[in-house]
Amino acid sequence: MLKEEDKIFKNLYNNLGSSIEDSIKRDDWLNTKDIISKGSEWIINEIKISELRGRGGAGFPTGVKWSFAPKKIGSRPHYLVINADESEPGTCKDRDIMRFEPQKLIEGCLISSFAVNAHVCYIYIRGEYFNEGQILQNAIDEAYKKNFIGKNACGTEWDLDIYIHYGAGAYICGEETALLESLEGNKGQPRLKPPFPALVGLYGCPTIVNNVETIAVIPTILRRGGKWFSSIGRPKNTGTKIFCISGNVKTPCNVEEAMGVSLKELIEKYAGGVEGGWNNLQAVIPGGSSMPLIPKDVCETIKMDFDSLVAAKSGLGTAAIIVINKDEDILKCMARIAKFYKHESCGQCTPCREGVGWMWRILERAAKGEATKNDIDLLSDVTKQIEGHTICAFGEGSAWPVQGLLRHFRKEIDKRCFSDPLIKKKRDIPYLVDQHLLEK
Amino acid sequence: MSLKKIHDNQPDKFEFTSKNMELVKNILKKYPENRKKSAVMPLLYLAQSQNENWIPLAALKYIGKLLSMPYINVYEIATFYTMYNLSPVGKYYVQVCTTSPCMLRGSNEILKICEKKISKNQNTLSENGLCSWTEVECLGACVNAPMMQVNKDYYEDLDKNSAERILDGFMQDDPLKPGSYRNRKSSAPDNITNKKNGSNNA
Repeated sequence: MLKEEDKIFKNLYNNLGSSIEDSIKRDDWLNTKDIISKGSEWIINEIKISELRGRGGAGFPTGVKWSFAPKKIGSRPHYLVINADESEPGTCKDRDIMRFEPQKLIEGCLISSFAVNAHVCYIYIRGEYFNEGQILQNAIDEAYKKNFIGKNACGTEWDLDIYIHYGAGAYICGEETALLESLEGNKGQPRLKPPFPALVGLYGCPTIVNNVETIAVIPTILRRGGKWFSSIGRPKNTGTKIFCISGNVKTPCNVEEAMGVSLKELIEKYAGGVEGGWNNLQAVIPGGSSMPLIPKDVCETIKMDFDSLVAAKSGLGTAAIIVINKDEDILKCMARIAKFYKHESCGQCTPCREGVGWMWRILERAAKGEATKNDIDLLSDVTKQIEGHTICAFGEGSAWPVQGLLRHFRKEIDKRCFSDPLIKKKRDIPYLVDQHLLEK
Repeated sequence: MSLKKIHDNQPDKFEFTSKNMELVKNILKKYPENRKKSAVMPLLYLAQSQNENWIPLAALKYIGKLLSMPYINVYEIATFYTMYNLSPVGKYYVQVCTTSPCMLRGSNEILKICEKKISKNQNTLSENGLCSWTEVECLGACVNAPMMQVNKDYYEDLDKNSAERILDGFMQDDPLKPGSYRNRKSSAPDNITNKKNGSNNA
């Protein structure tokens, strides 16, 4: 269990106040100048020692990402972009950071901008978080007044401007290149990679894109040392993480815990347990709706970190735990997730645009008990056709939950999908030249 | 992508008020001088707030000229993003989150209450013309589910009772306070709230 003094977000529930004075009492902006005077190489190295992995879902090592940025500013300026487009169903950690710990984020912006040579930082907030954005804007104004940011920020001779840019309700803008497109004033459709944003990003300039939580933990790591951070959790899965526990639990909540904490502990201790008791648990989606669900027997022992969950054929993602108990229809629940993806596909790649609607329609039919015997095989096939055939990871994100469902609940689904196909025609399709492909 | 209907009755002209023109200047300062296009999203928001929470086509053309962008590009953006309303909505625009975490905690009940209290169909004005409602995807307050957003405010931790009270308030043009309706503090576990004198909300 995480010790109280090791918690980074002490004001996660706003018990201590979020104004700049209150934040300074909690040691924000302490010795910022000294940290920066140690130089960007030291900062990047310390982050590498801490083994901090990105908190936005993919879990890429932050220090490594920063080291991709050119070491010196060339003809093009550098940018730092903070991804606060938190739209993954189940996730609501960045919202609490922005409203209750804004100074941690702003200080993180300054240190990170210095480390990657950026003088301008954009924070891309989802449009629905209007009030949270206003709170953050006020916090930025307060920091400007104290000269913590702006010209000669904190007396470090480094200039930094932070601007807020609101999104407008597109889930896909959480993908880093789609976010950059959106920031440039285009539709939020992801770009092909490579080139990666670290070399060609916003306005064609080197850009580092990081999640809010990643940036907000940076100042504390540098103050207490990378070794301290890496001593929490497990090797390669270090540090603390905010877990969002939602769904069929008695008291859904956000909580900061060490990486590698057991799922059962999180649910039982913080969220008051599953509605109807632990034995009433059906499945858990451990990392936001894009990650495959895990059934009850895996939930008993699983540890919540990147590598353990990958071993269980799922993923930590954004650490948003959605609990589903046995009173719920798992098929209906997954059909709703498929509808979400159908609504949010940006429409750029055909397999995703067409496939997500296809998955949704089949799952809806299956949930109503109208699906045919062949439908479930077709569904499995469609998920395989989407996965890996799209520009961005949205394709995987939409296909994995369905694959997870089929992997763990195939028997239950087959029981409900028994009707014969509407048109019983012979298997040979006249226009298919290679008839042998139909053989099994 | 969502399907958007353009309103039938479009005004002929749209211009920013002089007060909003000042704001436009401030917005443009955020982006590099030769990248005015980046300001299109904030300007669309501005147009929306000036025009009773919806954007007429004239405004799209106007913003296009202002930022030297082709009209089609502005139109593209206004239709791509879901938060730009291209036809009128109520003074109180109720958006109910129905994605899985909210669904598991009973957001379908709240939809029924909206149907009963506001209007039978989504995106149609209530009889008194004050409210309209719509079903939206995840609003990012999943541990406070079920929840809804009305204009800019979040109403969280709802149940049948509180949802009815809130909607009654809007229908009578007397909005209730936003925040949690289970009397807990932000997203804290309930046992922590009880220990520390938790106020209603953040």
